[in-house]
Amino acid sequence: MSPDLPEFEVIIGGEEAGQATAERVEDMAESELAGAEAYGGWLPEAEIIETRGTWTEVWRRFRKDKFAVAGLVIIVILIVVAVGAPLVAPHSPLTQYDSGLTNQGQPVAPGAKFWLGSDTLGRDLLSRLIYGARVSLTIGVLANGFALFLGVIFGIVAGYFRGWLETFVMRATDVMLAFPILLLAIALSSAISKPGIWVLVVVIGIVYWAPMTRVIHGEVLSIREKEFVMAARLTGCTNRRILTRHILPHLVAPIIVYTSLGIATTVLFEASLSYIGLGVQPPTPSWGQMISDGQPYYTSAPWLILFPGLAIMITVLAFNLVGDGLRDAFDPQQRQR
Amino acid sequence: MSWEGDNLLEVTDLAVTFASQEGRVQAVDGISFGIREGETVGLVGESGCGKSISALAILGLVRMMSNSTVTGKVEFMGRDLLALPEHEVRRVRGRDISMIFQDPVTSLNPVLSIERQTTEGMENHLGLSHSDAVKRAIELLEMVGIPKAAERIHDYPHQFSGGMRQRVMIAIALSCNPKLLLADEPTTALDVTIQAQILRLMKQLSRDYGSAIVLITHDLGVVAGMTERILVMYAGRIVESASAGELFAHPHHPYTVGLLRSVPRLDEPRKGSLQSIDGLPPDLAHLPDGCAFAARCELRTEQCRHERPPLAATTPGRLSACFHSDHLVGAPVA
Repeated sequence: MSPDLPEFEVIIGGEEAGQATAERVEDMAESELAGAEAYGGWLPEAEIIETRGTWTEVWRRFRKDKFAVAGLVIIVILIVVAVGAPLVAPHSPLTQYDSGLTNQGQPVAPGAKFWLGSDTLGRDLLSRLIYGARVSLTIGVLANGFALFLGVIFGIVAGYFRGWLETFVMRATDVMLAFPILLLAIALSSAISKPGIWVLVVVIGIVYWAPMTRVIHGEVLSIREKEFVMAARLTGCTNRRILTRHILPHLVAPIIVYTSLGIATTVLFEASLSYIGLGVQPPTPSWGQMISDGQPYYTSAPWLILFPGLAIMITVLAFNLVGDGLRDAFDPQQRQR
Repeated sequence: MSWEGDNLLEVTDLAVTFASQEGRVQAVDGISFGIREGETVGLVGESGCGKSISALAILGLVRMMSNSTVTGKVEFMGRDLLALPEHEVRRVRGRDISMIFQDPVTSLNPVLSIERQTTEGMENHLGLSHSDAVKRAIELLEMVGIPKAAERIHDYPHQFSGGMRQRVMIAIALSCNPKLLLADEPTTALDVTIQAQILRLMKQLSRDYGSAIVLITHDLGVVAGMTERILVMYAGRIVESASAGELFAHPHHPYTVGLLRSVPRLDEPRKGSLQSIDGLPPDLAHLPDGCAFAARCELRTEQCRHERPPLAATTPGRLSACFHSDHLVGAPVA
């Protein structure tokens, strides 16, 4: 057996010893083939065992992490609920029901009609939470996608081309990371007269590109020094081809992991902005804004802040669990925790 | 390309320096040599003597490193590659000159299938369509001895053993019928049994395609059977140049003598314990004024310490950079 074990065996080592042995046997058959071919063409009947692809492998490891799977289930439920909001929500999120307020004009406690109670204007809290999921998830995904897009481009350019470009981008990243993010977002959104979903997406994207840039920059720095990049250059590849064909595929794992973790942060951030009134404008329901509206009633109607708070917490937790699970699944060395 | 000259590759006074914290590191110190069409030449020396850097400099890959300075001329078919702009050199790389790296494990991209990596050069240089390139790649893989190439081309590097991966690298290097192949320690990372196969394969393919080969190695055993001519490098300079047979029979430089003494011979009765060369190669950041080998040399005199010996003819067709090579010319091999 050759002294250099293929990485694949290292990746699946440990608990999957049986599988590893199978692969080792296959590899041995391979070297025998090579030997046989060189010494007279006798070929043994080598049985080629089907090897699994990267994605199957990642999914197999991800599946083992019960918390991550739970997170994934929650996210799927959230998405289904958000997409099917008109079908799922028991009431309209905007209708102010007469029965939604007590005779004293107070919100109604959770009960048969309003399962999670009603809000200060007599609207159904559950329906508003369901529609609020649309806002949170849309902004979470889009804003994070935008931050990711900027971060990947900046990170790749800085890490690959080095020189003054790198200095410029990475120092800008440092400045960005040192800046109080919430203050910057507040300044940005109040500078724009009419806040809305798209404004939030752009603002959050501008605020959150820096951490992503750092991660991608670091990855690219290590990949560009690998011999296969030199080998690609040797086959006459242009920089663009090297970047898109040879380096970008290596970034898939960190991009997926940080997307998932980033969405959690973004959802929280959107809630914060909406809480201080700079996010989605009423009457569109948003979780942060619902907490803000319910705050004066926290003694008399605690459900007004309890349920939106829980919704935010569960969503953020779910994305974080999935992110952690994915990180472990992509990185076999980190698995033995 | 029209070109009439003696040598396919003519390297003149190639020097590479790196700026480091300890000052200027002279990695390659003014080397000159020529490679004829179809010739196999060995470039031999210890680790860190500048062999690999010379190869990378020839391909214009060193000048991309930010802290490097490359001077001299690298004329390939009459054109100085160091003077050409990057996009012109790119057309030469992988097409007219290609290179095989030491470690096939790291020089194949683990996330791309063999298909994509073998076809890349042909698509870049020969303008082949992807399906034509795949057909040719399968032929190449069969030629370098990969069984079931048509199926295995879809596999990923981790599904191949080390020797198989080096075969793939050779297939990639030969895909555009290069006129010159630079092989940088192509067998160092392989099993001894596989080494012989890979070397035989390279030799056979270079004969079939008429490619010249520069075989870079620290292993005299590897170049012995493979090459027609050998260049010995020490501390960034070429210290001896001779045909393979002559070099092994009668080395004309004390460093070569030392190298040969330190190689175990299985085909001759043992004469005693193996000898090593005392001392260490000089620090490339602080090269001595005189001969770089002087401190370790048995033949050194005062002159060697102060004056740098030029690479000069000793007997017809042979060069040696030593003031005292006449002591070695005609002397029985140690």
